[in-house]
Amino acid sequence: IICCPPPLQMQFMLLFSRQGKLRLQKWYVPLSDKEKKKITRELVQTVLARKPKMCSFLEWRDLKIVYKRYASLYFCCAIEDQDNELITLEIIHRYVELLDKYFGSVCELDIIFNFEKAYFILDEFLLGGEAQETSKKNVLKAIEQADLLQEVRLGGGDLHGI
Amino acid sequence: PSNAAPPPRPGRRRPQRPQRRPSRRSIKMPAVSKGDGMRGLAVFISDIRNCKSKEAEIKRINKELANIRSKFKGDKALDGYSKKKYVCKLLFIFLLGHDIDFGHMEAVNLLSSNKYTEKQIGYLFISVLVNSNSELIRLINNAIKNDLASRNPTFMCLALHCIANVGSREMAEAFAGEIPRILVAGDTMDSVKQSAALCLLRLYKTSPDLVLMGEWTSRVVHLLNDQHMGVVTAAISLITCLSQKNPDEFKTCVSLAVSRLSRIVSSASTDLQDYTYYFVPAPWLSCKLLRLLQCYPPPEDGAVKGRLVECLETILNKAQEPPKSKKVQHSNAKNAILFEAISLIIHYDSEPNLLVRACNQLGQFLQHRETNLRYLALESMCTLASSEFSHEAVKTHIETVINALKTERDVSVRQRAADLLYAMCDRSNAKQIVAEMLSYLETADYSIREEMVLKVAILAEKYAVDYSWYVDTILNLIRIAGDYVSEEVWYRVIQIVINRDDVQGYAAKTVFEALQAPACHENMVKVGGYILGEFGNLIAGDPRSSPLVQFNLLHSKFHLCSVPTRALLLSAYIKFINLFPETKATIQEVLRCDSQIRNSDVELQQRAVEYLKLSSIASTDVLATVLEEMPPFPERESSILAKLKKKKGPGAVSVSDLDEGKRDGGGELNGAGERGPESSVVSTPSPSADLLGLRSAPPVGSAAQGAGSLLVDVFSEAGPLAPASGVNDDGFLRFVCKNNGVLFENQLLQIGIKSEYRQNLGRMYLFYGNKTSVQFVNFTSTVSCPGDLQSHILCTPPVDPLVEGGAQLQQVLNIECLSDFSDAPLLNIRFRYGGALQNLTLKLPLTINKFFQPTEMGSQDFFQRWKQLSLPQQEAQKIFKANHSMDKEVLKAKLLGLGMALLENVDPNPENFVCAGVVQTKAQQVGCLLRLEPNIQAQMYRLTLRSSKDTVSKRLCDLLAEQF
Repeated sequence: IICCPPPLQMQFMLLFSRQGKLRLQKWYVPLSDKEKKKITRELVQTVLARKPKMCSFLEWRDLKIVYKRYASLYFCCAIEDQDNELITLEIIHRYVELLDKYFGSVCELDIIFNFEKAYFILDEFLLGGEAQETSKKNVLKAIEQADLLQEVRLGGGDLHGI
Repeated sequence: PSNAAPPPRPGRRRPQRPQRRPSRRSIKMPAVSKGDGMRGLAVFISDIRNCKSKEAEIKRINKELANIRSKFKGDKALDGYSKKKYVCKLLFIFLLGHDIDFGHMEAVNLLSSNKYTEKQIGYLFISVLVNSNSELIRLINNAIKNDLASRNPTFMCLALHCIANVGSREMAEAFAGEIPRILVAGDTMDSVKQSAALCLLRLYKTSPDLVLMGEWTSRVVHLLNDQHMGVVTAAISLITCLSQKNPDEFKTCVSLAVSRLSRIVSSASTDLQDYTYYFVPAPWLSCKLLRLLQCYPPPEDGAVKGRLVECLETILNKAQEPPKSKKVQHSNAKNAILFEAISLIIHYDSEPNLLVRACNQLGQFLQHRETNLRYLALESMCTLASSEFSHEAVKTHIETVINALKTERDVSVRQRAADLLYAMCDRSNAKQIVAEMLSYLETADYSIREEMVLKVAILAEKYAVDYSWYVDTILNLIRIAGDYVSEEVWYRVIQIVINRDDVQGYAAKTVFEALQAPACHENMVKVGGYILGEFGNLIAGDPRSSPLVQFNLLHSKFHLCSVPTRALLLSAYIKFINLFPETKATIQEVLRCDSQIRNSDVELQQRAVEYLKLSSIASTDVLATVLEEMPPFPERESSILAKLKKKKGPGAVSVSDLDEGKRDGGGELNGAGERGPESSVVSTPSPSADLLGLRSAPPVGSAAQGAGSLLVDVFSEAGPLAPASGVNDDGFLRFVCKNNGVLFENQLLQIGIKSEYRQNLGRMYLFYGNKTSVQFVNFTSTVSCPGDLQSHILCTPPVDPLVEGGAQLQQVLNIECLSDFSDAPLLNIRFRYGGALQNLTLKLPLTINKFFQPTEMGSQDFFQRWKQLSLPQQEAQKIFKANHSMDKEVLKAKLLGLGMALLENVDPNPENFVCAGVVQTKAQQVGCLLRLEPNIQAQMYRLTLRSSKDTVSKRLCDLLAEQF
């Protein structure tokens, strides 16, 4: 039986490079690995085929894709048809700002080599596809606190580092 | 330009810079990633990046996997750091797209580490690679439980993030009770509250039955008043979801949301400090507040409503103010709120002033230099077009929208423009819009052509004032985009021409002219063949279109056509023989030639042979009867509309707006206004095979029916009706032995049934109760008879488009049983609630036993008849386990409810029950005998049904076996 449809929900977020390499994937709805791979393949292709001046939204299957390119990386969110496109575009931007602030002028390599950090920052900002904390200061404070915590407990990572 | 150049430019330095290990990062950022630089991981990532080929990469990965496996299996216990490093490598490999089937246990071990980064990596691994191994889940849940109890906020947040990321049923079972407590506890840190709120939301979405808000409701709602903006931002998502499902319990959130919104909207751009985004105060929270309000009707309290209207006006005013920043982020955030406010205004659909202002604002955006804004304005205007208050205002932008359709460079924007034109179309501008869409079709992108064709066809039909315009439009459609004209479209034009005698002559003339073109689309030949075959006589007076000219024209296309079209043309030829005896010799000649009468296609050959024979042996009278003009088709919902709906899927705004009867009552070709109460036979949701309605066409005479069934073959290629999916039949079986009760109930809607039956007639009253306080919009309930059921029962349903909050709507179905049947009709209910389309299909509890006439008889009589019905196919028997009480009185009550006569003192065994009755159908009466033998000890029954018709015995037996 189909009745009350679930409330609007961001479905997933993907980061991929101009070459089509997936750099980060976050799924907010349960899907099989096979389905995830299929979606990723199709979507990367579709988005890369678009021209620069085109609009940042496109209908894809029954979803709406909101994407934006930052340097060599595409940030791409799938939302439901009725959801707010512009605020999603700014969710992407705020995430980019957070990465930028944390890494200091972030670039693709930072995300490749510190992918776990990119995930941690995303989890502080968005949880279950919903904005958890939109203040840049508060998100970074949480991440920095965690970083600090590890220093205290570990007492000098260099012992293990090499 | 601002869109193209965002302020922070990550990676603006060298896109191709040399390999750089993150360890160097620590020099630049001493506070960050000092201790956890996992050198081994960085080396591995570099190696992978240096791989020249996919094979090299796979080789390197396999080497690493073997290494990690041996480390995990080795005798030496790994320290936490190594474990973390290897788990992280596995994660990296997984994210590259390779399968990982080990390491879960090591990751789970990390969860209980007291070192934060180890724990963190453990949780990340678990979140990404969820595993359903139950032993692991127990261990994971245990670790989460410990962290939740640790009172260390960073640990608690990690655990909550993990639950929110995984969100499995097992986790809901373990934590759904605990998290609300954490959320509302006075001493919980703000950051933990934020995670707890969204974690709970995720659990509620996966397992709503496990998340019981009851006692927490009021405290959760009051999180809207929390001092910490982050807590409000997180909590409101939870509250919105809960309100959607339980609007009444969360009603108090409306006034709280309004006052919160009002404070934000009226605050200066610096008041909210870090929650101000590019000079826009709290854009995310504002959007969410406006979204929450869309779960409810306008506030009843005058003061609250006044305050809200003020907020909406302020938001509209701000759109006119000069921007505080040139950055695109500023305007995006501001407009995100504006669009959400407009959605709320449209949702209320009660403030004409705001609706018109919204429309004017969107009108400005239509010409904005930002493609994104033009796209959104077109999209949002589509919904405004359906409001009676703003429909006219939307129409004033027609030229801009037409221009967008012609000049936009992005196809997705053009698509929006086409949608909007469709939505703003009414009788006043239909000719202009249809003409523009037709001319756009000539160059339209292939991806949207089919949809455009459907839309043009619908508009042409819906707003046709004169039918010649309609015929012209459809023929143009075929000429311009013949490949995209689906069967539904050309079937429909034929239906309409056949049903309208005022357009038949014009149609014949126009198709005749269209066929003159040296190259015409096959669909044109189909329409031409059919129409000239029926109405060619209307233009035969003109020597330029004499019968023979018409025939030669049609036949000149014959050899280029596919088999189904040729078959159709052959039927047209035999109709010509009837219409114009002077063509008989020529046509017989054609039929007789080898390429017809010996055609390798069996269908064509058969037609040629039969038609030739028919034309030679039948008298003119017989021929005239057999080949009589087609009878009118029963009026019904346009199947093109149904096709478009299917194409767009539920929730497509532009489609639902044009649902029948929304804006214009009469005037439509097949509008409800023109339908007599009796004339509509069955409302069928367009099985495409049956589009011409040939199957349900009333027989005019047996001979004519014969000709009809020949023609059916032409169309029989279209697929059968797709099986109804998602049909709810929970309530269905409960009504076999009773006539009244509740058929269906959820949080929004209750459907009650009262029904009465006499002989082969029945009347069913359906009561739709709106359980919410909000109006249901576009409410439709349609009864359909899948398959060939409609030849067995007839239902005539009326429909009402609106159900007020708390109100009840009644629908009456008049039912006639024509012959015995097995399947049940389907009841499809659709409506919009809070903007979301609800769609529900139920099996209507209409079963063959409802038409029973009880028959009293004595023992001797009973057994004599029992013996008469002794053919194996007349009997159906089932032996089954008791599912309900075997109490004698209960059984009696059920059997009486069945509608047969319960015969006392007939069966020699007093424990057994026997019944007799006659099923009354229009076609025949079917006598039935029943015997039910309970075995209390074994808790079993044997049920035997005998009747003069095998289908009836079988169906009754199946139905009844579920009842005891």
